[in-house]
Amino acid sequence: MIDFELSPELCQRRDAFRSVARDVIRPISREYDEREHERPVKFWELMWAASRQAESRAAGTARGGEKGEGEKAPELRNLATIVLTEELCWGDAGLFLSIPNPGLGGAAVAAAGTPEQKERFLKRFKEGAPKWGAMAITEPGCGSDSAAVTTTAVRDGDCWVINGTKIFCTAGEMAVEKSEGFVVVWATLDKSAGRAGIKPFVVEHHTPGMSVVRVENKLGIRASDTAAIVFEDCRVPLDHILGSPEIRREGGFKDVMATFDATRPIVAAMAIGVGRAALEFVRDFLTEQKVTIRYGLSPRRLSAVERDFMEMEVQLEAARLLAWRAAWMMDVGQRNSLEASMAKAKAGLAVTQITQKAVELMGPLVYSRRFLIEKWMRDAKINDIFEGTQQINLLIIARRILGYSSKELT
Amino acid sequence: MVSFELSEEQRMIRDTVAAFAREEIRPAARPADETATIPEAVVAKSWELGLVGGPIPSEFGGLDDQRSAVTGAVVAEELAFGDLAIALHVLAPRLIAYPVLEMGGEEQRKRYLPPFAGDRFVPGAAAIMEPRYDFDLGDMSTVARRNGSGYVLDGHKCCVPLARESRDVLVYAAVEGESGLNSVAGFMIARDAPGATISEREKNMGLKALATYELALKDCRIGAEARLGGAPGTKLNFSRLMSEARVAMGAMGVGVARAAYEYARDYAKERKAFGAPIAARQAIAFMLADMAIEVDASRLLVWQAAVMLDKGDDALKQSYLAKNYIAAAALKITDNAVQVLGGHGYIREHPVEMWLRNARGFSSFEGLATV
Repeated sequence: MIDFELSPELCQRRDAFRSVARDVIRPISREYDEREHERPVKFWELMWAASRQAESRAAGTARGGEKGEGEKAPELRNLATIVLTEELCWGDAGLFLSIPNPGLGGAAVAAAGTPEQKERFLKRFKEGAPKWGAMAITEPGCGSDSAAVTTTAVRDGDCWVINGTKIFCTAGEMAVEKSEGFVVVWATLDKSAGRAGIKPFVVEHHTPGMSVVRVENKLGIRASDTAAIVFEDCRVPLDHILGSPEIRREGGFKDVMATFDATRPIVAAMAIGVGRAALEFVRDFLTEQKVTIRYGLSPRRLSAVERDFMEMEVQLEAARLLAWRAAWMMDVGQRNSLEASMAKAKAGLAVTQITQKAVELMGPLVYSRRFLIEKWMRDAKINDIFEGTQQINLLIIARRILGYSSKELT
Repeated sequence: MVSFELSEEQRMIRDTVAAFAREEIRPAARPADETATIPEAVVAKSWELGLVGGPIPSEFGGLDDQRSAVTGAVVAEELAFGDLAIALHVLAPRLIAYPVLEMGGEEQRKRYLPPFAGDRFVPGAAAIMEPRYDFDLGDMSTVARRNGSGYVLDGHKCCVPLARESRDVLVYAAVEGESGLNSVAGFMIARDAPGATISEREKNMGLKALATYELALKDCRIGAEARLGGAPGTKLNFSRLMSEARVAMGAMGVGVARAAYEYARDYAKERKAFGAPIAARQAIAFMLADMAIEVDASRLLVWQAAVMLDKGDDALKQSYLAKNYIAAAALKITDNAVQVLGGHGYIREHPVEMWLRNARGFSSFEGLATV
């Protein structure tokens, strides 16, 4: 049965996250945009503690559930993640990305690791001091074409030896130098095997041979670190390869894709959070200016501002529904590569346009950094780029709907 | 609880209607457009699917089916995937049956419902739109003046489907002295009522097979019993009726858009240029990808409004935004489908030019169908 109503429990969590976004994140949003590379330590500690508390509560509930207290609806975990992501990014997308958690590295472990590896690598996020997980795919010479990675992993006795340079690694510095986290590095075992030879390796924090050489200065999401990491004869234990070391001609690259299936709806939700922030700002502004949005009126009678606002609103809603669908499909065990890319492509572009339109609609006033609108416009743009650009997602969608391989449609 | 899955019953209905649209409606679409006639055999067969009479109560001859806007949206999309003109024609009986079913008084239900629950297709017609560029549902220039216990109707309607074929026409007009959506009442008039003049068939850009007319009302006097929901204890909720109509129009927009998208996609895989299918070029592939996204986004927006209606919520805003979104999306998608086919898309041998003409209407259409 088609339904778009969140469960009461999720509504409650959403409201709690909304309060955090409003009362904790928004007040420091501008500060960490202006002071790039400063560390919001107090915010991190708060989020880390809250996340530990939520986990122990959830564990308690899960144990209670095992005793069989009546029927329980299936838990929609991925849907919950994107609903809550929207809330936090409504507060600030950069600060959201900086929160200590398993991050994309964790997502890779979850998607490609064995049960034993998941336990071994992810346990740390349940205890002790704040930690970060990160993922390193992109290289100076390859971005969207992630199958072209040149970083190598060579077996030497009981180790893999990794060499290469990775860039655009979100939370990379925190993961490998400033906490007891890890980074998942994608490296090739055999260049002649193409994408089938590319495998993910977990590299622990402070592993000798790994060093952060640069933290980027960016257009937006400035509260989030983006690191360049160099690997020079960096040795990691054999059982740090995620999945099988065997090079299969077919499907060797699926692990990367499986990670994206999970993370693209989240990026869509990030965009939607920023878009909603902008939309609400415009709405309040128009209310103040005594502009009423007349829903139901003949489109030929609407003012240009009303039309623009409604367009922004419905574009955001369309993006949200696509994102919810992609997450829900994962929750019910359906393959969602196509839908995840659809959500990401739609949300990334729609919110980029929404935030740009927002600056236009309110005139010179909000060009000023006194307001957050200009910041949201800068923040929004990244969602149309990272985790696969607009164009890469269109390419994935096109291949799927046409039944073409990556060789048939390049 | 969030779910993106139709119920088993809805999936069954969808598959049945989809098969009918593919096998019966689609092959008839082009001849219907060229000859400006709806094939009777297709109408008769569609009637057997029970798309109109199902939700009518058994005391009036129907099947007591639970009426659902989501199911209605699914049906409307599939029919329109076959052909928009035929879809609007076969669902036209709903234009009288469903408002009466939902908001009519007991006498009106007894009088108007049974014909629509019979064995044979019975046309229905509603007069809503007016020939003005800024026609607005909440500001109609067709007016009903009180006249003793009855009313006098004056005004001009257009795009009235099946006005000549239907026994009665449900005319929507603003009651004198009131304003906004609440001012609108529905009046059931016989098609040959004194003071009501139905024009020659309109000649439209698209929907050529669908018979539509102008309706001029001049000093058209009717009794109080003709007012829909005018009886004590009943009330016409025009806002809800129009939300239902917008869900239906939106769903049909999705159907037309999907038809064009799938046709263009399949064509692009067949058509070769410079030694490869044109679909293997990003310029074409990206257009198709964008069409696929917009078809899905459009459908979800329609379903969101439909779910609200099924829960009894006010869906004015959602149905309005969804319908307007789809009016633009369907136009862009059908236009891009013509573009993908290039010169061949401009030739009437292929259906895409017809879908473009049909899709152009959605930005103006109000109330041509309901769920």
